[in-house]
Amino acid sequence: MSNVTHARETTLDIGDTTVKTVLDNLIKQFGPDFEKRILDKGEVRRFVNLYVNGEDIRHLKGLDSAVKSADEISILPAVSGG
Amino acid sequence: MSHVIGLKCRECGAEYPAVIQNTCYECFGPLEVNYDWDYISDHISKEKITSGPKSIWRYADLLPLESEKRIDLGAGFNKLHHAHRLGAVLGLDELYILDESVNPTNSFKDRVTSVAISKAIEFNVKAVGCASTGNLAAAVGAHAAKAGLPAYIFIPSNIELGKIVQMLVYGPNVIAVEGTYDDANRLASEVADSHPDWAFVNINIRPYYTEGSKTLAYETAEQLDWTVPDHIVAPMASGALLCAISRGYKELERIGLVDSADVKISGSQPLNCSPISCAVQNNSEVVPVRKFETIVHSLAIGNPADGYYAKKTILDSGGFAATPTDEEIIEAIHLLARTEGIFTEPAGGTTVAGLKKLVESGHIQRDERVVVYVTGNGLKAQDTLLKSLQRPPVIKPMLSEFEKLETPKLDIHAHKEPLLART
Repeated sequence: MSNVTHARETTLDIGDTTVKTVLDNLIKQFGPDFEKRILDKGEVRRFVNLYVNGEDIRHLKGLDSAVKSADEISILPAVSGG
Repeated sequence: MSHVIGLKCRECGAEYPAVIQNTCYECFGPLEVNYDWDYISDHISKEKITSGPKSIWRYADLLPLESEKRIDLGAGFNKLHHAHRLGAVLGLDELYILDESVNPTNSFKDRVTSVAISKAIEFNVKAVGCASTGNLAAAVGAHAAKAGLPAYIFIPSNIELGKIVQMLVYGPNVIAVEGTYDDANRLASEVADSHPDWAFVNINIRPYYTEGSKTLAYETAEQLDWTVPDHIVAPMASGALLCAISRGYKELERIGLVDSADVKISGSQPLNCSPISCAVQNNSEVVPVRKFETIVHSLAIGNPADGYYAKKTILDSGGFAATPTDEEIIEAIHLLARTEGIFTEPAGGTTVAGLKKLVESGHIQRDERVVVYVTGNGLKAQDTLLKSLQRPPVIKPMLSEFEKLETPKLDIHAHKEPLLART
């Protein structure tokens, strides 16, 4: 993603919220190029993995997963075998 | 001119040069090598392959290396066993086993690693690395030693002792991560991202690495005199191996080395960690598994990157997927050893147990020509097998003591029980 964000990480100051709101904020900040890489018709793309504090959001509540103000969200490609 | 055009996204088709990269910048999809098939067709022949090295490198025209420099410990060129006895037990007229337990570090991972480390040398990297459940760690350790490169290997902390001993002896830096393989892989991805001059074979140079697995299909076809089986069964962790085998058969058809690539592709995963098999069985989405416990550590990937493609490959080909239990997997290791003299680890047991279930359910027919890929050596997982084995009797060195032991009747199709001491 750093080809779009020009940074490996970024910090948002928006308090307790959801993953969806965090993404909306990031999309406002980084624009449609960021959005089209993460989302396809509003759903997370197949090969994009979103984690809240290391937990895959598919094991939580998806885009409605809760995010507290000190939480860490990771955006990573899918896990490959070895 | 070269046989490699570059890299291409499997999802959206975006193209890139052949550099160190595994993920599409447009959609995060996986990249694969994009070959010039006209060039390959003009340069390859059965005669050229036959006169090539007795390793995967006889298929160099189909592998993504530009230079002649190979880091080759002799992976591949393994025997395709005609499994008469196992076939008789399972009710199959023509069963073959490609035995990968005999590779240089005793798993099929030597194929993919030989390709990847050779490519890493082409990229002039400072170090190599991987995330692994064990087999890849040994393969990378050995090939890095052969290449004279430092290696960084990330493993989950709970894998078999035999695999840990093997990887350590080659002298790489081994980092045991608290958590699952998925956790180790995620950390390795972040390390790879922050060290762009390190080649992580199954992460940032993955598109080149996966090509090595196609050689399983090439070798099968070559040993079947350039014909293909009706049905194959492979174990699944990320799903990449199964997809590469399918791709290998299709490529042979494309360049005219075989007449048809009409092969049913079936897979097997342990019941306790079977996101791909379940998706095939239910024709549903591949849903990652978060908590799992299975003896089959080498297939324990909760979030398989190639799950979607593996499911599609299986269903499109007319294959299916099995989910044997851990107990069935142990029984299958014994069955394979006792009928064919091949000692495999739990991943191989998963394949044979899966084969058995697929025959029982009618997904594989008696008269199909079947090939199964037994991917690793049982010596690596001795601690897992100990509980299912009986210690041999200890007797005084006297003929009369031997004759007191119970000896069972001989039946060439039955399992032989070990000699039991009389109680």
